[in-house]
Amino acid sequence: MATQWKPLIEKITSELVKSLLVAAWFMFLTFPLMVIRVHPLERTIEWRWMNMIYVGVGSFFLSFIWRYLMERKDGGNSKEEGDTWQKRVGLRIRSDKRISLSGLIAIGIFIFIFPFIFSSYQTQIMITALMYVMLGLGLNIVVGLAGLLDLGYVAFYAVGAYCYALLNHHFGLSFWMALPLSGALAATFGILLGFPVLRLRGDYLAIVTLGFGEIIRLILENWNEFSFGPSGIAGISRPGFFGMELSLQEHTVYLYFIMIMLVVLTVLVVSRLRNSRIGRAWIALREDEVACQAMGIDKTKTKLTAFALGATWAGLVGCIFAAKTTFINPASFTFMESAMILSIVVLGGMGSIVGVILGAFVLILLPEYLRAFSEYRMLAFGAAMVIIMVFRPQGIITGIRQRYEFHRNTQKGKAR
Amino acid sequence: MDYFLELFLGGLTRGSIYALIALGYTMVYGIIELINFAHGEVYMIGAFTALIVASVLSLMGMSGFSLLILAGLIAVIYASAYGYTIEKVAYKPLRQAPRLSPLISAIGMSIFLQNYVLLSQTSDFLSFPALIEEFEFMEPVSHIMRSSELVIVLTTAVVTALLTLFIKFSRIGKAMRATAQDKTMAMLLGVNVNRVISVTFIIGSGLAAVGGVLISSHIGQINFYIGFIAGIKAFTAAVLGGIGSIPGAVLGGLVLGWTESFATGYVSSDYEDVFAFGLLVFILIFRPAGILGRTTSEKV
Repeated sequence: MATQWKPLIEKITSELVKSLLVAAWFMFLTFPLMVIRVHPLERTIEWRWMNMIYVGVGSFFLSFIWRYLMERKDGGNSKEEGDTWQKRVGLRIRSDKRISLSGLIAIGIFIFIFPFIFSSYQTQIMITALMYVMLGLGLNIVVGLAGLLDLGYVAFYAVGAYCYALLNHHFGLSFWMALPLSGALAATFGILLGFPVLRLRGDYLAIVTLGFGEIIRLILENWNEFSFGPSGIAGISRPGFFGMELSLQEHTVYLYFIMIMLVVLTVLVVSRLRNSRIGRAWIALREDEVACQAMGIDKTKTKLTAFALGATWAGLVGCIFAAKTTFINPASFTFMESAMILSIVVLGGMGSIVGVILGAFVLILLPEYLRAFSEYRMLAFGAAMVIIMVFRPQGIITGIRQRYEFHRNTQKGKAR
Repeated sequence: MDYFLELFLGGLTRGSIYALIALGYTMVYGIIELINFAHGEVYMIGAFTALIVASVLSLMGMSGFSLLILAGLIAVIYASAYGYTIEKVAYKPLRQAPRLSPLISAIGMSIFLQNYVLLSQTSDFLSFPALIEEFEFMEPVSHIMRSSELVIVLTTAVVTALLTLFIKFSRIGKAMRATAQDKTMAMLLGVNVNRVISVTFIIGSGLAAVGGVLISSHIGQINFYIGFIAGIKAFTAAVLGGIGSIPGAVLGGLVLGWTESFATGYVSSDYEDVFAFGLLVFILIFRPAGILGRTTSEKV
């Protein structure tokens, strides 16, 4: 009897010792920053020993979960990609017309009545979430489909916003006139940025785009004659509705429907793009650049279109952002914003449209409703990015790859 | 002429700090081809640790040179521990993953560490005690160069020389070079690659902490965000000099320091960072391998 239990007890003790060591290590690691708090002016030191206990206990339990997940991941890799339940559900929803149609109708009705059953504040939050859906879908073209890591995406967002704000300020241009202009200008900037970085590989590209984003922000901040500097531009007009005067609440509802329309447009365009000639070229380019060129795909053109089309959406959303807040300044366009959009794409699943929409809702709505934890939001973002990359690099929803299956009896390829 | 010399020396100091941080980037990139985005945060954590330790010790009545050494040493130890842990948590599980995954993981780590310091300490600027005291040295130079600047430049020179010797002659240094050349082959020849990578992270992080302590003591204030810009600039320096090359990192750091110093001195101080990033874009377009880097043809 005793011998039977021995391996189990040994296993438990070794796991316990491992976790204890991890806890001790993290307590050591976080000691100066978490425990000691210096007040230089009063020349006093605050000792926060409770924090050390939190860290110790937290890392003790987290290390169990970490190791368990690690083991599961290693075990999962050896297994052939089977029919997981997610895949089955996904396929069923896609293939069964009744389910997908009724689901779509239900979602459509909910979307339509949303601003009328919820408060104006909720609608505002929803508009923000929808803006991030669009930004995520736009970045998804560049990062998810074409595989070009763009860390300066917020620059195009800023270009769109300032385009509308400045045109409105100087020439009184209306929202509907400025919207396409913002998109076009952002696309132009996308191409301008795209040209010099064409020759660069993944990580160099990331750093140059980051630098580009910072350059745009710094110019907006410092070129006072052009952009009014850090104080920004106020009093931007809201979108007009056939010349009618709208109250603030009606404006919110109106903007909500504009957003819904644009998101639907984005989803349509992006999903059509993905299956188009250029979309397939992007995916091919992402997978293998050399093989792609050997197949006769023009690398320059393909990359530039990815940059331009990705930037267009950011420009459009920028224009809407300026119209929504009626005030913009360079502080809204920091690197953190880029990182946020990137984490939406990564968390949702690179290359997957549904995933990006879900990712945007999770990342924007969760912190809104968990107000108490809002200061931990960025901390959680960072941690989530690391954890997702380590354990589920494909994101919440895996982009379903176009696959051709050959059936013997029909001798015909069928796309799935 | 005096103005020029002042700018030159200012650029030299600044460039030395960039070089110290860039060394960590370049070493890590040389071995696992990863831009360690969290490296700037390690530099910031080093500076914070030094600030905390120095404050505690000075309240206990310690001062002068021993305080600098002790605070610096503890900062280096902690920064190395952070570097080691970051590698184990965020990069090691992703050794076999596609290139984009560890990069995103690194960005996540960077955001996490920034906010960890923001929440556990403060978002305000903290004044950093001048750990390097003013002292007398060569008469004509001391008018335009502060003693802390001299210490920074000398430390960088000594540290770089030591690092070069270490990589050239020590056992683990040779293993590092072997791993950088060909990871699989090094493994076959009995090099413990995991240990080499850990040592690389530990050394790189320690150097970043040295830079962090020195520059914070020179400038006199820090906050949780200093690591981000410094990290980007140091990476720029590493790319400028040719990533993967140690003399390249130092040269790149100095070139970047001088560019910024002269551009702010003669053109405009508002666009300091624009010049740095502009230089990066410029170099990458015309010489993607960097100043000292060799252009390697891509194997298919």
